[in-house]
Amino acid sequence: MRQHMQSEVVAESNRPTLIIGEDLSAGYGGTPVWSGANFSFGKGEFVAILGPNGAGKTTLFRLILGLQKPLRGTLETFGAPPRRGNPHIGYVPQRHTIDTDTNIECLELVRLGLSGTRWGFNPLLHGDREAAFKSLEAAGAADLAYRRLGALSGGELQRIFLAEALVSNPDLLLLDEPLSNLDIRRETELLHLVNNAVRTRGVTALLIAHNINPLLPHLNKVVYVANSRIATGTPREVLTSETLTRLYGVPVEVLKDPHGNVAIIGVEEHHGDIV
Amino acid sequence: MSFSPNLIADLQQIWYYQFMRNAIEAGTLTALVAGVTGYFVVLRRSAFTAHAFSEIGFAGAAWAVLSGYSPLAGLLLGSNLGGLGIALLGRRATNRDTQIGIVLAFSLGLGLLFLSLYVGYATQTYSILFGEILGVSYDQVLETVAATAAILVGIGIIYRPLLFASLDEDVAEAKGMPMMALGISFMAIVAVAVSFAVQVTGVLLVFSLMVTPGATAQYLSPRPSRAIAASVLIALAATWLGLFLAFYTPYPVSFFITGEVFALYLLVRFVYAPLRLEKAHAGGILAQPVDRSG
Repeated sequence: MRQHMQSEVVAESNRPTLIIGEDLSAGYGGTPVWSGANFSFGKGEFVAILGPNGAGKTTLFRLILGLQKPLRGTLETFGAPPRRGNPHIGYVPQRHTIDTDTNIECLELVRLGLSGTRWGFNPLLHGDREAAFKSLEAAGAADLAYRRLGALSGGELQRIFLAEALVSNPDLLLLDEPLSNLDIRRETELLHLVNNAVRTRGVTALLIAHNINPLLPHLNKVVYVANSRIATGTPREVLTSETLTRLYGVPVEVLKDPHGNVAIIGVEEHHGDIV
Repeated sequence: MSFSPNLIADLQQIWYYQFMRNAIEAGTLTALVAGVTGYFVVLRRSAFTAHAFSEIGFAGAAWAVLSGYSPLAGLLLGSNLGGLGIALLGRRATNRDTQIGIVLAFSLGLGLLFLSLYVGYATQTYSILFGEILGVSYDQVLETVAATAAILVGIGIIYRPLLFASLDEDVAEAKGMPMMALGISFMAIVAVAVSFAVQVTGVLLVFSLMVTPGATAQYLSPRPSRAIAASVLIALAATWLGLFLAFYTPYPVSFFITGEVFALYLLVRFVYAPLRLEKAHAGGILAQPVDRSG
């Protein structure tokens, strides 16, 4: 029983490990948001991170990005403590928007994802332009290259952000709620693109979401952040009435329909839709 | 000094005067700097900040005049201190206009106090407020050359990180860019650029060179390098034409510059940009309708 809660995942342990957290606590100003977390994510894994608003999902990203230090415990990414500006990480922040007045072509933003951290003025560099085009293709957004950023829809913008994150050929993708504000069709499209990057490039993707069902076909692991704790494991291990009841500390029931969709009943947030 | 249809002769006549040569040289350099810097000012939505600089600079200049220093020294001191303060206030551009407005109002009041204490000739004040490019000395031209070189080199160094940080602050920060240092550097660049632009347009009209060309250029090209070039060309053309017109009329240069850039902005914003968008739709570049909900 305990291994569900404390997430000692043995499955697919032949993958090289990219991120390990041991007895990890995180928070702001000394007050933990969550504590006692143990997890490990391997190369090429697609991981969903779920939980109520304010539970500390983005905090986990901030730790991995090196924007914030753990309160306690150890965290290693790529075999070392996280540091800000790790070029192996591609990141799409939450509520990421671009001002509608922005009259700059999408290609430029993707290009900056690659060379925006380099000093100096070098507009004649064609190498990064080509890389940007390839990345736009990988994100299914090649047709948007010359469109103005400010004129894009939410779904188009998410594809540009994905291209911006992929352009530096990262080993790890951190996507913070990329599916919010997308309709079901665009949600499926974007997930397909992310899954494609995971499978073809061997990228590890951590994706924060609110609804698990569209993700289920692609996932290797699920992370549940709630009630100041973190539960990790394969979807089969975590998405059970027992595990979630223990995590939330209130009775939670997980129902499954014949198509494999789950409904999580007993928690107020829409982590799973009632089927 | 009368206008003739022979433009070559007109230009020769203008070039004959030392004060016009100084004005053209200083104006050209200022337009170059303002065009480049202004693009980033618009991109970073820092127009209000740029305006605040000039007014904090005004307090500095008024103090300098009162204390017997050069107004430019006061301008530079005031706008740089203001820039440092604003950069330290926080990296987010939002929610800053209140603080900027408060400091701005106080600075103008301070400037007014210094002016009332000053018993000398008030022309200097007037020229700080509204610009007096025709009174630029040769030494000032040399100062402008140095400042222009420094600003262009500075922007050249931080060009890509600045563009990145302006477009996508969160990702740039996660990628390890020193956001605070970038913010302070850019503010310092704007402060110096504003101080020199004030010589041409004056404190109150500094928008005409620092903001309008950059804002217009954004509609002319979606590629930053081209838009910056357009911004510079607009600022240059406006300054040259303004000097030319002012030479033959009794009206101030600043008025012509503000009027020209405003007219061009209206033309580009409301005639050129909609036309181009229509053409793009017709040409199939925007094959799908823009759907903001999806």
